[in-house]
Amino acid sequence: MRGTNAALGVAGLAGFLAPAEAAPRLGLVDEEYVPPASRIAVALGEEAGDPAFWTALGDTLTGWALGLAIASCAGVVLGVVLSVVPYLRQATASTIEFLRPIPSVALIPLAVLLYGSELRSVLLLVVYASFWQVLIQVLYGVQDVDPVAEETARSYGLGTWARIRYVLWPTALPYVMTGVRLAAAVALILAITAELVIGAPGLGQRIGVAQTSQAVPEMYALIVVTGLLGLVINVGARAVERRALAWHQSVRGEVAV
Amino acid sequence: MTRVLLRLVLAGALPVLLVVVWWVASAGSTDVYWPPLRTILTAFPDVWMPERLRADVLPSVWRLAAGYALAAVAGVALGTVIGSHRRVRAVCEPVLEFLRAVPPPVLVPVIMLFAGIGDTMKVAVIASGCVWPVLLNTVEGVRAVDQVMAEAARSYGITGAARLRSLVLPSASPQIFAGLRQALSIGIILMVISEMFAASNGLGFTIVQFQRGFAIPDMWTGILLLGTLGVVLSLLFRLVERRMLGWYHGLRDAARRSP
Repeated sequence: MRGTNAALGVAGLAGFLAPAEAAPRLGLVDEEYVPPASRIAVALGEEAGDPAFWTALGDTLTGWALGLAIASCAGVVLGVVLSVVPYLRQATASTIEFLRPIPSVALIPLAVLLYGSELRSVLLLVVYASFWQVLIQVLYGVQDVDPVAEETARSYGLGTWARIRYVLWPTALPYVMTGVRLAAAVALILAITAELVIGAPGLGQRIGVAQTSQAVPEMYALIVVTGLLGLVINVGARAVERRALAWHQSVRGEVAV
Repeated sequence: MTRVLLRLVLAGALPVLLVVVWWVASAGSTDVYWPPLRTILTAFPDVWMPERLRADVLPSVWRLAAGYALAAVAGVALGTVIGSHRRVRAVCEPVLEFLRAVPPPVLVPVIMLFAGIGDTMKVAVIASGCVWPVLLNTVEGVRAVDQVMAEAARSYGITGAARLRSLVLPSASPQIFAGLRQALSIGIILMVISEMFAASNGLGFTIVQFQRGFAIPDMWTGILLLGTLGVVLSLLFRLVERRMLGWYHGLRDAARRSP
């Protein structure tokens, strides 16, 4: 089954790449705008030989990892505390609803004024954006706790800590995992956006430079790199998720057949 | 009566407290970047006059609505197909994962090449970013359909549209709504970013103009307006969600009440 899946995946990828190579060559789209896939691959090779590219990649990853770590820890801890302590969830609901939808990019002007194009600017945006992803998922997950299980645990005299550990956490875990996975993606988006718009060092800044200097294949190559980076992050998150959720319906069904 | 009062107090206490703290802490502020809240609030009505609301906020909201609607329809439709067929999922997964992994803001320059700098570009950017949380959550929700119920439906010969309407979509809908909620905030982000790049109107454009002109209190009013817009959209979303997921919350409540 695993072999078949991989083969189907490769077929899907080939079905995507073939038109991307053929369309510009046949003149269906303007080669100036969409260079053929092979031309992008060449540009990608050139990028890989440039030490400055690797420095930029390192800068982007630093901003991403630091921001995500801060946001995830804060989101999980705060989410659990808010739902466990009586009334706290209700008391904070309106504030969360107000702060959460403020787009982190609205803070770009503020970040520029406060920190210029430093790492701290990037971190401010990354943490703000990905924190809500985790927090909201944790709150959704805690709401999903099976009332019967909760009552059972209560009637067996489990304390608050034990109820969090054995009832609340397993129910919320799939949501938390989805939240962290989405937060990882959002963190990358914001890290690269911050670099693109503010000009903090990193891949986004290089994309901006390639764009303004009309280096279209290089721009596409860098976009492909950001995609691959996101892919690696996502596959990693999924592997962690599968490990942590081996007992859950959505994963179990996959293994059984 | 007392319960309603308690809920009102709980909902209102923290925001009021935070605003009071902000007001007091910033009252004597001479820092250029953190103007007193009073200055910001006085500037608000002068900055956001009805003409400006019509010229800048309406186009933004329209683009957001169009892009979001496109993404929601496409995400749920594709997600249902991908989630319910193992083979389709295997074929699409690598490509989808790659497309999803590309940060949407870097597509702004690319989409600009094709669609210029008009509304089409912005709607396309918003839709291309919003579709992924919806799609991902729909796939997950469809995959997590209860096995026993799925078997029962099969043995009763419920297939096709009926299966979709009465088993798959209802069962996945809590997940789908979680995805839609995330897509909403991503949509607002992209709305602002697409306007920061190339636009002649819109909220994002105006806020950046204020920042470049060092009109700091005006910039703050823009941030506040974006927050308010977010809250209004979020409330609307909650109304719709409560309507659509009423049965689900009802089920939970019933299970909670029964001994």
